[in-house]
Amino acid sequence: MSRIGVFVCHCGENIGRTVDAARVARELSTLPGVAHSEDYKYMCSDPGQALIKNAIAEKKLTGVVVAACSPHMHEKTFRRACSSAGLNPFLCEMANIREHCSWIHGERERATDKAVDLTRFIVEKVKRNVPLETIRIPVERRALVIGGGIAGIQAALDIADGGREVVLVEKEPSIGGHMSQLSETFPTLDCSQCILTPRMVEVYQHPRIKLLAYSEVDEVSGYIGNFTVKIRRKARSVDENLCNGCGACQKVCIVKKVASEFDAGLGKRTAIYVPFPQAVPNIPVIDRANCAHFKAKAKGLKKDACGKCKEECARGAVDFEQVDTFVTMKVGAIVVATGYQLYSIGKEQPATLKGYGEYGYGTIPDVIDGLQFERLASASGPTGGKILRPSDGKEPKRVVFLQCIGSRDPEKGIEYCSKICCMYVAKHTMLYRHKVHDGEATVFYMDIRAGGKGYEEFVRRAIEEDGARYVRGRVARLVRDGDVVKVYGFDTLSGEPMVIDADLVVLATAMRPQPGIEALAQKLSVSYDGHGFINEAHPKLRPVETNTAGVYIAGACQAPRDIPDAVAMASAAASKILGLFSQEMLEREPTVAKVDAALCAGCFHCERVCPYGAVERREIRDRKGNLLKVVAEVNGGVCQGCGTCQATCPSKAVELQGFTDEQIFAQINALAI
Amino acid sequence: MKLGYYPGCSLHATGREYGESTVATLRALEVELREIDDWSCCGATSAHATNHLLSVALPARNLALAEAQGLDEVLAPCAACFSRLATARHEIAADAALAQRVASVLDRPFTNHVAVRNVVDVLRASIPALKAKVMKPLAGMKVACYYGCLLLRPTEIAGFDDPEAPTSMEDVVRATGATPVGWNMRLECCGAALSLARTSSVVRLGRAIVEDARRAGADAIAVACPMCHSNLDFRQSAMTRRGEAEMPVVYLTELVGLALGIDPAELGLGRHFVSTSSLVARAAAPPPAPAPAKVPQQGAAKGVA
Amino acid sequence: MATPQPESHGEHGRTTLAETLHHLTGLVAARCYQCGKCSAGCPMAAETTLRPHDVMRLVNLDRADRLMADPSIWLCLTCETCTTRCPNGCDPARVMDALRELAMESAPEHIPRPVKAFHAAFLEQIQASGRMFELGLVLRYKLKTGALMQDAASTPALLARGKLKVMPPRIDGVADVRRIFAACGPAKQEVER
Repeated sequence: MSRIGVFVCHCGENIGRTVDAARVARELSTLPGVAHSEDYKYMCSDPGQALIKNAIAEKKLTGVVVAACSPHMHEKTFRRACSSAGLNPFLCEMANIREHCSWIHGERERATDKAVDLTRFIVEKVKRNVPLETIRIPVERRALVIGGGIAGIQAALDIADGGREVVLVEKEPSIGGHMSQLSETFPTLDCSQCILTPRMVEVYQHPRIKLLAYSEVDEVSGYIGNFTVKIRRKARSVDENLCNGCGACQKVCIVKKVASEFDAGLGKRTAIYVPFPQAVPNIPVIDRANCAHFKAKAKGLKKDACGKCKEECARGAVDFEQVDTFVTMKVGAIVVATGYQLYSIGKEQPATLKGYGEYGYGTIPDVIDGLQFERLASASGPTGGKILRPSDGKEPKRVVFLQCIGSRDPEKGIEYCSKICCMYVAKHTMLYRHKVHDGEATVFYMDIRAGGKGYEEFVRRAIEEDGARYVRGRVARLVRDGDVVKVYGFDTLSGEPMVIDADLVVLATAMRPQPGIEALAQKLSVSYDGHGFINEAHPKLRPVETNTAGVYIAGACQAPRDIPDAVAMASAAASKILGLFSQEMLEREPTVAKVDAALCAGCFHCERVCPYGAVERREIRDRKGNLLKVVAEVNGGVCQGCGTCQATCPSKAVELQGFTDEQIFAQINALAI
Repeated sequence: MKLGYYPGCSLHATGREYGESTVATLRALEVELREIDDWSCCGATSAHATNHLLSVALPARNLALAEAQGLDEVLAPCAACFSRLATARHEIAADAALAQRVASVLDRPFTNHVAVRNVVDVLRASIPALKAKVMKPLAGMKVACYYGCLLLRPTEIAGFDDPEAPTSMEDVVRATGATPVGWNMRLECCGAALSLARTSSVVRLGRAIVEDARRAGADAIAVACPMCHSNLDFRQSAMTRRGEAEMPVVYLTELVGLALGIDPAELGLGRHFVSTSSLVARAAAPPPAPAPAKVPQQGAAKGVA
Repeated sequence: MATPQPESHGEHGRTTLAETLHHLTGLVAARCYQCGKCSAGCPMAAETTLRPHDVMRLVNLDRADRLMADPSIWLCLTCETCTTRCPNGCDPARVMDALRELAMESAPEHIPRPVKAFHAAFLEQIQASGRMFELGLVLRYKLKTGALMQDAASTPALLARGKLKVMPPRIDGVADVRRIFAACGPAKQEVER
């Protein structure tokens, strides 16, 4: 026999102005099954909650309906109140007569009628609610960080310093990411590697961080607190345990002219190589596509073409037979920190983008991008820190910088702003002018976006103190004319065409997520936008979480980010994870699906349609161990309560706790009267 | 292959050699051209610069005639005519209200199914046939391919080559045996329809084009538009200073025709203002014999370790 | 077309120039963020006071008065370079066409005389003979501009090369063509529709 308590809130004037709460309470009191019905000015207040608690005790209520604001606001509040009065919290629900009624209607009579209907609707449901217990699942308190750039490094250090184990996976031979390629960072002009490498070493030496460099995530399964990940450790062809990083192998390698990825194509490296001297781990990798030994092997030549590195290695660490290995582990949370790549202006593009034919499609040697300029300016770079032209190695006296290449260009496929370019172009002009005192730096821009702390001052310094010339206008085309690159621009502020014969042109190209991000996102079941950027759970209030519980994001994989942003996001993600790991068990709402094994026919349509992979299979055997049937079973830890299985099941064997068919039909019928 | 043929007003007058060379060359490449009967002016620049409906209706009349005469595709050698016909086709297909207005103005049946082609695209498609039939390869001739504007822009109308880095004219030139040169002014406007109303602009723009071709070492500029040809050839004397060499301006079809061994007079090469005799002479000369391949002799050659 | 209509900022309910252009062409002038890439590549930028990005700016500021009073839109070569380069698909070339059409109706006195004369002569000749007749065109042009001696020296050279017809072309469809001209009428009809 139902004894439901109905409590109608005025919410001050929010509801009371439009809905006659007293009338709602009066009409509800006449409903069969309603044992108590009253209205009050502020139900969420202490006295309001006390009314509920008293009514539960005095009238021995079997369920509570609070007709007030949205459950998003106060469901927790009222459930806590019921719980403290001894009533199972899941026997308490709210009818939204504010957002769904008083806030959207004007006519008092009809709004009140609707409020009555809305409350009746919920009462019929709650009559059929059953007590539910919070689900508790164990948490594996180890984190996986995917990506070893500054964001991944920061997240790993914060989680490890917080006392938890971290596995850091990085696909390149060394951690450090793009930050390790930069010469100096804005707005302080700190040497990038000087501030980064101590962190890299800290990661390597940290007792709670397991660094898996030259590795990639192969498979992910499971759910928050209980992920199983399979990681592919790619074959370096060098035994990590034997190598001591002496570098002798690289000195004797006969293949010396491979375009260096670290130097953004401007420098050369050997086939067995360490990407840069401060690499962590300082263990080389053999680039099998370019190594003479492996190329000969691929051609089927019997005699080994080369084995110089192996011969030279005093510790016998070179192992041509090495193969990829796999490591499987359980983690409780995952941070995606895969960073960015730069858009290229070339002719070959993914389907959604176009290249810049008007700038030469990347075929003009003295037209380079921002990362390439960073390598020129770096002391560890291919020119020893001298700004020199790729075509003839001469020092350029006139450098032109173009902002917004790809960015803010819907016709080319990228409508967004890449955030960091205005700042690094200002920085580039300063680096150039510091090194070439009689050089001219011209920047073609549309706007200057310098919103960070000290950023505006930094740009002004470039213009006022270091003599950078800023011209507002986008460049129509670049053509090679003998020794120079002709830049056809326009100064919109003075209204003059401006054609410059540049020695070097640097393009500030757009930031895009790393290649392969879509495949990784699908493995993790996280959503991403049309550009590949991972979607945050809420753009304002939940910037480091995704809609997949247990998967967090940090850095440029989510949107164009600068280093302070990336570090802040990484620490934020770490704090979320440490919060998650602060309990041994994870609490989840019990409004999940449940299969009645007696009714289940074992068709597994539910398994097919479940978007979260929450349906498992359970064998039912007799006492002798013979298999009787295989039925579906819902993993309460993974189920998100979407109800798709309930809608699909032909046998009506699976239903959402708290949202059974019986309840829903009862609600519908309540309105039909 | 059979194509409808829309010569347009220029090819019957100031661009006469373009018409002559197009017909002769395509005939040699076994492309049959059937001129649209009773065609009228497409409206050129003056219509679209002043009256949108007129600028669509005038070309549409010709497309409707082509349809009625059983033609599926129409070749318009003049780049402006090509652009106007293709634009009319595109806009009528995209805008139902416009299609209705044009239908009532035309007062004749029109389903807008005739495709519009230009000479460069047709020649490029015929490159295999061209290579097979070359009689006088234009070896050693350096040609600056000048695309002008309307062959490539706007992209969704022209649609057959990259508007910033096209290769179709160079591909055709290479097939004739000549060498296309790299130069910077191949996409810059010649001054177009301002030829009469503001000749000084045409001279300024044309001079930059001719100078750049000269600097790139070209023997000739190849064009595929009678307006461009007129601006660069008819008006070249105003652009040239004393002591500067003249730059012959040839239609792509004339070049192809020369390589196919067609009589220069039939191609209209005598009608130019800047003489084409140097090119004709070059084509008449036999191709230089290929240099003998150097085969390394074992032991006998000097310098071998 | 699914493009959003520009908000009306016209005073006293008057339609703005941007709205008129949107109605005529479907284009949204507000997409222009004044980057200047069009003007940087415009072949006539050296000779005009209003470059393509200036034209777009004046459209967005509803300054038909400045646009119509300036000869710049009539010096446009219709080369379509601006349209090809615009990052936002503003199609300035089409905007120029539409502005010229409006100018013919509202401010014909500001059209530079030679350009106006050329377009008028060209279209009159087509109406007369259905196809171009260069001698007729040139005669009409000279009468309208008084530039009687321009290119006079080259007429014999053109004739000698067979590039000028001495008689106008005759086509059956000239009546058709004249009827099309009449039906298309002046630009005003389109604006009021």
